[in-house]
Amino acid sequence: MSDDVESRVRKIVVEHLGVEEDKVTENASFIDDLGADSLDTVELVMAFEEEFGIEIPDDAAENIQTFGDAVKYIKDAT
Amino acid sequence: MFDLTGRNALITGASGGIGGAIATALHGAGASVALSGTREAPLQELAGTLGDRAHVLPCDLSDAAAVESLPKRAAEAMGGVDILVNNAGITRDNLFMRMNDEDWAQVLEVNLTSTMRLCKGVIRGMMKARWGRIVNISSIVGATGNPGQANYAAAKAGMVGMSKSLAYEVASRGITVNCVAPGFIATAMTDKLTDEQKSGILAQIPAGRMGAADEIAAAALYLASPEAAYVTGATLHVNGGMAML
Repeated sequence: MSDDVESRVRKIVVEHLGVEEDKVTENASFIDDLGADSLDTVELVMAFEEEFGIEIPDDAAENIQTFGDAVKYIKDAT
Repeated sequence: MFDLTGRNALITGASGGIGGAIATALHGAGASVALSGTREAPLQELAGTLGDRAHVLPCDLSDAAAVESLPKRAAEAMGGVDILVNNAGITRDNLFMRMNDEDWAQVLEVNLTSTMRLCKGVIRGMMKARWGRIVNISSIVGATGNPGQANYAAAKAGMVGMSKSLAYEVASRGITVNCVAPGFIATAMTDKLTDEQKSGILAQIPAGRMGAADEIAAAALYLASPEAAYVTGATLHVNGGMAML
């Protein structure tokens, strides 16, 4: 199940940012490593919310900087 | 010329002269319209005239919770919101030295803060759709100032600054944010002016007449259209030459 979260998050990131799958590592920063701009990060959070049926408040969203952050937040929230 | 078939538009202040004209113009171009305003009777009347594709959504823009739910109600009624026209506005005119905090706060709340809240409420859907049009109805006095209207002018100028900032942020997602700044427009409000007041105003308008609500609606229709995709962060002044900005 946890692998499932990772793969679903990775799929969203790959599709949205157009990056290679192997670049999406645990510590990969959306902005610094994966070429996202600030609006992309907002859209990623929107996509996570939709995919997992959760609501991510703005203050939590600000702390989701890396792929690992996103996976951890979603695992805790679901 | 402008085809909005399949687009869904939310218009605030649709019970007023300008808002009603904007709703009529967008509807005439094929859009579904959600008519919002505080007074339900004129909204129902307008919806009755328009026929199909018209929805009535009463809302008090000074009520923050009601404002927040308005985009959702509009999306439920129409299936989404592709076009938002923030047209509603109030005045609480007074000389600056006599203007109290409440006059200031009410005008800022309804004219500027509700605009921000409604923009926030529709922008997610527009980002996903990679298409959106926000048209904020500002005013000539936001650019020129007007005695007795410090609060109103501040709100209308604030709208322009907010629109430009938002326009920057969402331009890459196919969303445009623009303002229309009407000058003196003949509505129920200006009908109340005396002939003397009217002639004083007309002397300042090179076109020599007041504008018609339809002329503001035409500007809003253009900015809402697919043809205006490359226009964003702009303010379209429609004032008969009263201020050439």
